[in-house]
Amino acid sequence: MKHRMLCAEATDQPPQMFSRAYKSAVTVPPLLWVGIFLLLPYLLMLAYSFWSVSASQSIVHSWDFGNYSQLLTRDVYRQTLLRSAWIAARVTLFSLLLGYPLAYLLSFHAARKKSLLYQLVIIPLWVSYLVRAYAWKTILGTDGVLNTSLQYLHLTSHPLQFLLYSPFAVVLTLTHIYTPFTFLPVYAALEHIPRNLIEASHDLGASRLQTFRRVILPLSIPGVLAGATFAFVLSFGDFLAPLLLGGPSGIMISNIVVSLFGAAYNWPLGASLSFCMLALVLGLLWLSERLEKRWAFR
Amino acid sequence: MSADYDRSPRWLSAYAVLVFAFLYLPIVVLIIYSFNGAGVGGFPPRDLTFGWYRQLFQDDAIWSSVLNSVIVALAAVGIALTLGIPAALALDRADFPGKALFRRLVLLPLVLPGIITGLSLLMLFRETGVKLSLATVILGHGTALIAVATTEVFAGLQKLQRSQEEASLDLGATHWQTFWRITLPNLRLSIIGAALLIFTLSMDEIAVSFFLIGRDNTLPLEIWGRLRRGITPEINAVSTIIFIFSLLMIVIWYKLRTRAETDLFQI
Repeated sequence: MKHRMLCAEATDQPPQMFSRAYKSAVTVPPLLWVGIFLLLPYLLMLAYSFWSVSASQSIVHSWDFGNYSQLLTRDVYRQTLLRSAWIAARVTLFSLLLGYPLAYLLSFHAARKKSLLYQLVIIPLWVSYLVRAYAWKTILGTDGVLNTSLQYLHLTSHPLQFLLYSPFAVVLTLTHIYTPFTFLPVYAALEHIPRNLIEASHDLGASRLQTFRRVILPLSIPGVLAGATFAFVLSFGDFLAPLLLGGPSGIMISNIVVSLFGAAYNWPLGASLSFCMLALVLGLLWLSERLEKRWAFR
Repeated sequence: MSADYDRSPRWLSAYAVLVFAFLYLPIVVLIIYSFNGAGVGGFPPRDLTFGWYRQLFQDDAIWSSVLNSVIVALAAVGIALTLGIPAALALDRADFPGKALFRRLVLLPLVLPGIITGLSLLMLFRETGVKLSLATVILGHGTALIAVATTEVFAGLQKLQRSQEEASLDLGATHWQTFWRITLPNLRLSIIGAALLIFTLSMDEIAVSFFLIGRDNTLPLEIWGRLRRGITPEINAVSTIIFIFSLLMIVIWYKLRTRAETDLFQI
């Protein structure tokens, strides 16, 4: 469902069968709603990012770049930003490494089992995000399922401590959550490859590996880009998995934002940090859309 | 294609089995330990019991949070469909200044981390003096999920034969009548699909709710609150029940989809 948003372009020229009144009736209400509840809040976030907090903890409507210069000069923000990007990059890579071969197998070699296997990939998406993160916590903990099984099998004598409360746990959990999401657009892209191209490649004597490298892989790039963007952006902005499984070394940028809006009570600084995230995400979406167009099958 | 080409390479099948194992491991663990008398963790599981389910059914806080979640999800479905259906029609049929921006804005919450949607609305509510409650959560979910309604209905519109609507208009029906008697019934499968999807996504939503919640918890926030205090198999039990419920929803949705396809062949 999420990959479909990128193809929502108007198809043909608007027909004249719908009256002006009809068009306004369907256009004005959603336009107003989106203006008030999406556009206005984003602009408000931008406005907040220039304000500041007084000593008495009230918001001062003074317009300056003080928050942004704090973000640039204090190391903790840059380090956390880099760590979040690094965690998100690993999640993206692993999701693709798990999701792509699965999509390839389903699209080209699953035959009649295709729809059953497709359902099997989708089902984990219907299990609550929080519940899956929690399940990983029960698996990775000191007295967790994994450690106690290892000890039961006499593979280790002490519980392994690095499993939980580490960036490793966050990457593992987020990879688990975003693999089906990266699978979906890759699978859609593979399904759209005309089968006669692959037959032609095969008939012309290309091996399976050559066909994959020269025909299938290039044609699946738009799907890969869509899936990768999705996995990167959403794991980059995650704050629940780090809180639940990350420990002090797994803190991500959104955790800082949460604490600035909560205990630290510096909404303007939090707003400037979240506006930076918004800008970064929009930049990535723009870039991936450009690249997808370039790789699109014509 | 030759038979040899169709056969899947063995290493690829083996790899796929491993990926599926990875995807299902937490779910299997979750379900097994909901019956584990000795609590969460510890291998092998022992003292199989329904005790956690019994405890769950007496836990009023959980059930009132389930009720809150259902209220929020139903209201979110209402908002998202009421605005998403016209939005899809507008994108399909109308031209207006700022259409490209509008499309991007509507769809943005789907690809944006929930924290940004949640926080930006939190600032709006603060500036306008709106008190946080279930109503603010409903507004947040409804707004974020308009995207789902719009994409599903827009996809339905692409398959819709315009000739029926044209005939209806030619025969003197008003736009309003045509919408209710022709357009909407033809879109029913997209709309039901969107509704199921929005309902499930809203039931599970936590990042937006996290910032917009007042005193009454939704189910994910109730679970979140308990996780902060420690873990109990009661959470496994409630998660298992929700999982089975979600599976039922998928089956219904899938049945609807297949029926839609056979419908198409009969035309």
